[in-house]
Amino acid sequence: MSTIVLLAVTGLGLAALYFLVASGLSLVFGLADVLNFAHGLFLSVGAYATWWAADFMPVEAAVLVGVAAGVATAVLVELILIRPLYRRTIEQVLVTVGLSLAGVALLQSVFGADPRPFPRPTWVEGVVPVFGARIPADRFLLIGAALLVFVALAAFLRYTRYGLIVRAGVENREMVTALGIDVRKAFTLVFAIGGAAAALAGSLAGIYFTTVSPGTGGSLLIFAFIVVVIGGMGSVPGSAVAAILVALLQQFVNYYGGSGAGDVCVVALLAVVLLWRPKGLAKA
Amino acid sequence: MILDVHELDVHLSGLHILQGVSFGVAPSGVTALLGRNGAGKTTTMRALVGLNPGTGRVLFDGADLAGKRTHERVQAGLGYVPEDRCVFAGLTVTENLRLAARGETDLDLVYNLFPELLKRGQQQAGSLSGGQQQMLALGRVLQNRNRLLLVDEPTKGLAPKVVTEVAEALERVGATVPVLLVEQNLAVVRRLAGTAVVLAAGSVAWTGDATHLLGDAELTTSLLGVGR
Repeated sequence: MSTIVLLAVTGLGLAALYFLVASGLSLVFGLADVLNFAHGLFLSVGAYATWWAADFMPVEAAVLVGVAAGVATAVLVELILIRPLYRRTIEQVLVTVGLSLAGVALLQSVFGADPRPFPRPTWVEGVVPVFGARIPADRFLLIGAALLVFVALAAFLRYTRYGLIVRAGVENREMVTALGIDVRKAFTLVFAIGGAAAALAGSLAGIYFTTVSPGTGGSLLIFAFIVVVIGGMGSVPGSAVAAILVALLQQFVNYYGGSGAGDVCVVALLAVVLLWRPKGLAKA
Repeated sequence: MILDVHELDVHLSGLHILQGVSFGVAPSGVTALLGRNGAGKTTTMRALVGLNPGTGRVLFDGADLAGKRTHERVQAGLGYVPEDRCVFAGLTVTENLRLAARGETDLDLVYNLFPELLKRGQQQAGSLSGGQQQMLALGRVLQNRNRLLLVDEPTKGLAPKVVTEVAEALERVGATVPVLLVEQNLAVVRRLAGTAVVLAAGSVAWTGDATHLLGDAELTTSLLGVGR
């Protein structure tokens, strides 16, 4: 029983990371039709900015610096590289793939290729007993942060004018412009939101894995893409459900079926969902 | 003229769809843009609002629309109701209207024309009937202070009763705002339009009084391929 609880809570912690990366990726793709392979770079920038800032301030404050760095990077990428390439899908893919590779190389040249120990708040060092299982406290931090982001995103989409524009734009971007709305401002906004969530994921990934390395963003991005496809492009609740499914499946199968088997099962789940619901769980 | 179109050319997917289309829209009343299927009516409407790239000159109330993007043209007072309604299915009726609102709006007019929209404010637009969706598509645009309405096939696929309702609404709106109307239903054209522009194979084939066109069976048949 305690093993199952540990696996479940750890899986939910991993799901929190997947959701934070996937939610922004999903909104960007749903609204702007941009398959952003550079999204992992926002995560890495956030993680390294937090790691750097933690030398000068408490980790909690350093996370805010990381988020700000992620937002700045995402906005600059959208304005300088993506905006001139809207509706040019091939060029977008080439640019974002190139940027993700260049970003990793840049981080390696500045910080080195080896993983660096990541600063952790002292209050996540302990364990919390749950039904006999000793759960590392950082799992609850990850789950809580993802829940907060989920509620904030849902409120933004539900109650704000830009949220309305994003929801409408995900359905029919052309019609939004035909109502007299400059949808490009919403593109920049969703990039900023995506950058913030990814950077937060970067900081939390550092706390979860206890290290940060230039490849962290890329490895999480692969599973985030799978979460986006399973959840449904442009759907934040879909991303949340898919993140939980993917992470729990991965955790349990990796434990009971052997290391690596969970990753294979995740790909199989992706195939099943694509056959059953080609537009993802959120879009029947 | 509220709208002057000069030598409008549109190429799509390597095809020369509009070939030097020129016509004008009077500053009042309804001008019908007619033609057989594939003549280029919807392409013209989309080009006017900037959704299809085109060359040529389009003057809206004397101002050249060249270089203006779609949202800028709409903000200048060009209200556009597309073919197939394009309401946002996942948004409620109220949210659809709220999204489209620009500056000072006249929701009373919309609810007066289409009381159904007031009753169904919290209903998702995707669950409305075709007629109700058309009312919403029109309402989204009619709530704003536009200087010209571009309305593309508003009665397409609707039940006769709803066609009448939509025609009545357009008649009422057309009394205060000029309308460029693409319409296949000639009874609706007869009721609403003062002027007709007929497109054939991407060019203007005929321009003149709509009553004259629809009163001439031979002309109607040759230009539109239908009898009276």
